[in-house]
Amino acid sequence: MTQVLSHPEEVTPEFEKDAARAQSRRGFLMALPTFVYLGLFFVLPFLIVIVYSFATRNRFGGTDLSGWNFEAYRKLGDSVVRDILFRSIWLALITTIICLVLAYPFAYFIATRRPAVRNLMLVFVMIPFWSNFLVRNYAWRVLLGNDGPVSQLSEVLGLGETRVLFTPVAVVLGLVYGFLPFMILPLYAAIERIDLRLMEASRDLYASGWQSFRRVLLPLSMPGVIAGSILVFVPSLGAYVTPEILGGAKTTLLGSYIVTQFLTARNWPVGASLSFVLMAVMLAATLVYFRKGGRTL
Amino acid sequence: MTVRPTADFDTAIDAAVSIGRITKKFGDVVAVDNISLDIVDGEFFALLGPSGCGKTTTLRMIAGLEFPTEGSLKIFGEEVGMLPPNKRPVNTVFQNYALFPHMSVIQNVGFGLKMNGVAKSEVADRAAEALEMVRLGGLANRRPSQLSGGQQQRVALARALVNRPKVLLLDEPLGALDLKLRQEMQEELKGLQRELGITFVFVTHDQEEALTMSDRIGIMHEGKLLQVGSPEQIYEKPSNRFVADFIGNTNLLEGTVQDAETVCLANGARISVASDHPAGTAVAVSLRPERAVIGKHESSGNGQTSVNGVIRSVTYLGNAVVYQVELDWMTLEAREENRTSVTRREPGQRVSISWNPQDVAVVAE
Ligand SMILES: Nc1ncnc2c1ncn2[C@@H]1O[C@H](COP(=O)(O)OP(=O)(O)OP(=O)(O)O)[C@@H](O)[C@H]1O
Ligand SMILES: [Mg+2]
Repeated sequence: MTQVLSHPEEVTPEFEKDAARAQSRRGFLMALPTFVYLGLFFVLPFLIVIVYSFATRNRFGGTDLSGWNFEAYRKLGDSVVRDILFRSIWLALITTIICLVLAYPFAYFIATRRPAVRNLMLVFVMIPFWSNFLVRNYAWRVLLGNDGPVSQLSEVLGLGETRVLFTPVAVVLGLVYGFLPFMILPLYAAIERIDLRLMEASRDLYASGWQSFRRVLLPLSMPGVIAGSILVFVPSLGAYVTPEILGGAKTTLLGSYIVTQFLTARNWPVGASLSFVLMAVMLAATLVYFRKGGRTL
Repeated sequence: MTVRPTADFDTAIDAAVSIGRITKKFGDVVAVDNISLDIVDGEFFALLGPSGCGKTTTLRMIAGLEFPTEGSLKIFGEEVGMLPPNKRPVNTVFQNYALFPHMSVIQNVGFGLKMNGVAKSEVADRAAEALEMVRLGGLANRRPSQLSGGQQQRVALARALVNRPKVLLLDEPLGALDLKLRQEMQEELKGLQRELGITFVFVTHDQEEALTMSDRIGIMHEGKLLQVGSPEQIYEKPSNRFVADFIGNTNLLEGTVQDAETVCLANGARISVASDHPAGTAVAVSLRPERAVIGKHESSGNGQTSVNGVIRSVTYLGNAVVYQVELDWMTLEAREENRTSVTRREPGQRVSISWNPQDVAVVAE
């Protein structure tokens, strides 16, 4: 197929061209349901969001689709929104870094086990997915709550009362917990493909253990690092459930703010413009991934 | 191996690698079984043996990629058995080359120098020089994946040699190359070794390669080092049955030692051959096909340096002719160079096989 397509047009015999065309038509037909689905439930709503982001909020909390302007985007420069944006990016970044640091050694460990052990451990990594995300977040609320095991333990240890729940720490904890598998799996996939004899070769060439990691393992596992980071950073940035449940009123993040704009403040244009900016950032990040890492993953 | 008095430091240093009673176990598997060996400075030493005999494990212990379960390992007199690989003055050419795929050829070659803290400009110069040495000067900026197998092999060689190791370890470095390239590289390797004077420890399971390239060969089998010697010693005077059988082709005539001068063969014939095994030891007399002289059938047969038989088959090899000769109790192979002066024999013909007493070796288990 690729062979056929890579031929210059004029040397491709007519029937081969026909065959290629027929095949691509068949492929299109098979993918059609997905195209329709994505079009209806992703592209169309996305366009609607864009349209609304340029609209005007009227006095009654409704939205006028007549007067197009950039007012909503201008409002994103407000210090309130800016603070929320920076806080969200900051927490997402911390979450990503913590996930990376936790996941890398673990992924390396799995990748260097025997295949049977490997599969078992991968199943363990995926076990949290078997229960609902919401339920798991509420479980954390119990764990971190005032009379929960964490505060009880800290009192027993004489550390005094600890207040983790409703702080940014609880949010990061919940996000790390929720998204860690998204870091482990791509890292594992990347490390698993690396010929680990290269590490021996680097040790033989006078590299210390750290240098071998830094010069050989890390660069070769970069596709996994990038993929995992994007898979954790992007949903952390837009997270709604976890900050709502574990975060306090002071740690409003982007997701909650957008919801507030739509439901409480009834300012759809601002909610829409913020959504659009967020999606543009995620899209850009995803494109970077496909450019840098996706190619080899 | 000679045992030296412990106070005698100076003489111990002439061994590039000194392996003392080393054993390596992986769980229950004894990969290397109590090996002692001194590899002399500047020699080309081959470790030869069938698959799974422990060659790679031995080499990896010298490199520091595996730690011995027991025993001592010295490099130029310094105990290194438990040092990590980056602390040893040795470098390895890996069987699969293990070139870093994310680095260019020149970066690969410069890697060891860089890790050793050599100044940047010197790294560049020396890496370029090493690439010239293996005639790859023009490919410095390629990626390893853009090179042929033979070129990758040379990069691996340059990457190791650029560090001027005291000992170079090579694990079947030519295994993946086709015959022609392999022979070319054999000569090149040998030439480099002579020129640089570096001790080479070369692992192979190809006996021809070992015989043609090495100063000395160590034959391994099931984790044990069976014999160490020059190619001639190994071929002419195998110390036991496995070595005789493994190196080249040979006929093993079963028998028992009668006295210091005589071995009694399975058919009752007494042949005169010197051996130092005690009387009654089960041995085999090793007779190389090219040392077996085919002659006219003798009705008596002196029995001491010849046996009678019938030609079963004739195989024409071009440069030689190989005969399978059937005796009453076994089949012998005899090989004659294809000279016009020798008469070709036919299947069914009755002949005698004889030999010079110094051409046979007595080997025990
Ligand atoms: N990491 C390991 N774990 C368990 N067993 C091992 C390990 N490495 C080697 N062995 C075993 O030790 C023995 C010797 O292996 P080694 O690789 O040294 O053989 P070799 O002589 O290099 O063989 P080949 O010619 O096939 O490369 C084999 O039985 C092998 O299965
Ligand atoms: Mg091996």
